[in-house]
Amino acid sequence: MKVSYFPGCTLKTKAKDLDNYARKCAEVLGVTLEEIPAWQCCGGVFTTSRDEIATKLSSVRALNDAKQKGQPLVSVCSACHNVIKQTNAAMQNDEEFAFKVNNYISPDEYHGETKVYHYLELLRDVIGFDKLKEKVVKPLTGRKIAAYYGCLLLRPGKVMAMDDVENPTIMEDLIRALGAEPVVYAYRNECCGGYIALESKELAKEKSQKVTSNAQEKGAEAIVTACPLCRYNLIKNGTEVPVVYFTELLAEALGIKE
Amino acid sequence: MENSKQNLCNEIVRRSGVNPRKCMKCGKCSGTCPAYDEMEYHPHQFVYMVETGDIEPLLNSKSIYRCLTCFACVDRCPRGVEPAKLVEAVRLAVVREQGKNHLKADDIPELLDEELPQQAIVSALRKYSK
Repeated sequence: MKVSYFPGCTLKTKAKDLDNYARKCAEVLGVTLEEIPAWQCCGGVFTTSRDEIATKLSSVRALNDAKQKGQPLVSVCSACHNVIKQTNAAMQNDEEFAFKVNNYISPDEYHGETKVYHYLELLRDVIGFDKLKEKVVKPLTGRKIAAYYGCLLLRPGKVMAMDDVENPTIMEDLIRALGAEPVVYAYRNECCGGYIALESKELAKEKSQKVTSNAQEKGAEAIVTACPLCRYNLIKNGTEVPVVYFTELLAEALGIKE
Repeated sequence: MENSKQNLCNEIVRRSGVNPRKCMKCGKCSGTCPAYDEMEYHPHQFVYMVETGDIEPLLNSKSIYRCLTCFACVDRCPRGVEPAKLVEAVRLAVVREQGKNHLKADDIPELLDEELPQQAIVSALRKYSK
């Protein structure tokens, strides 16, 4: 099966492991990620105001490209997924907004028809964790892994609709499918500080350390994330355990980690 | 309240899509806000102050640059008020003014380090600049 793929700015530069292993693992699992030609940066954060048009055009163009091909749109970066999915919901539900955006999409019209998946949802809902488990050649037996969701994968819950916002299981289920033991801890869906790292290093430090120390207290030997900025903040502000992308863990279990 | 202030207030409410009158003042938004300690005005105060038209202090406060867009207040509000959208609408009322960008492209080089992901820069520029 072929799906449209939106990598995003950071996956082409600082987060190549998130991108490379996402593509390679998908191939092993029978899915080809077809990169959208001439995709543009999603902007990193969704602008919630209804009169913000220009900041949402790159997402709509990507969504419309996938629509033309009749393919779902997949991204692996939490931020890209959040922006694209929230934009898609606005195109479905806010007629006035969609009308203004469509002035720039001419001659086509787009109204949120494309199905949007995060890569984790692709694994769970399209491939299936049970099928994934059958493909595992190097199970991560005995490893204690903490999933860090952060904010953007889950919230706003009624739009993202990936999982239970306060008690998610999708990453823990993935960790289990790979043969490891998930570590559940309180701060797994609290903010790392995000882009505040540019504005207030102290605040980013305080937020990130709460996450890493909580995961460590609960016995985590590694933390996995889908977000390059979360990974940066957690590592930058001091962690005793490695923080890696979930795609690296996946590649390791599938026997294709380099 | 003078007319222009009232108009701006109505505009902020309109573009945010938030109805501040739904707020029952439980304070849960501020209780869950990760940036609470660094804010002069907290999410529940944004809701109340916009409702009563007292927006001048918000426009002049650094609090508008402290919101992390984590959507915790959006999801955890028992009344579905979605305070983050109001904070954003107030911030836009400031940064959309000419010369009011909070972060300029020229400021970026000295904020960089080797590992900083592009995502951080584009996010900050989107939030702090027009």
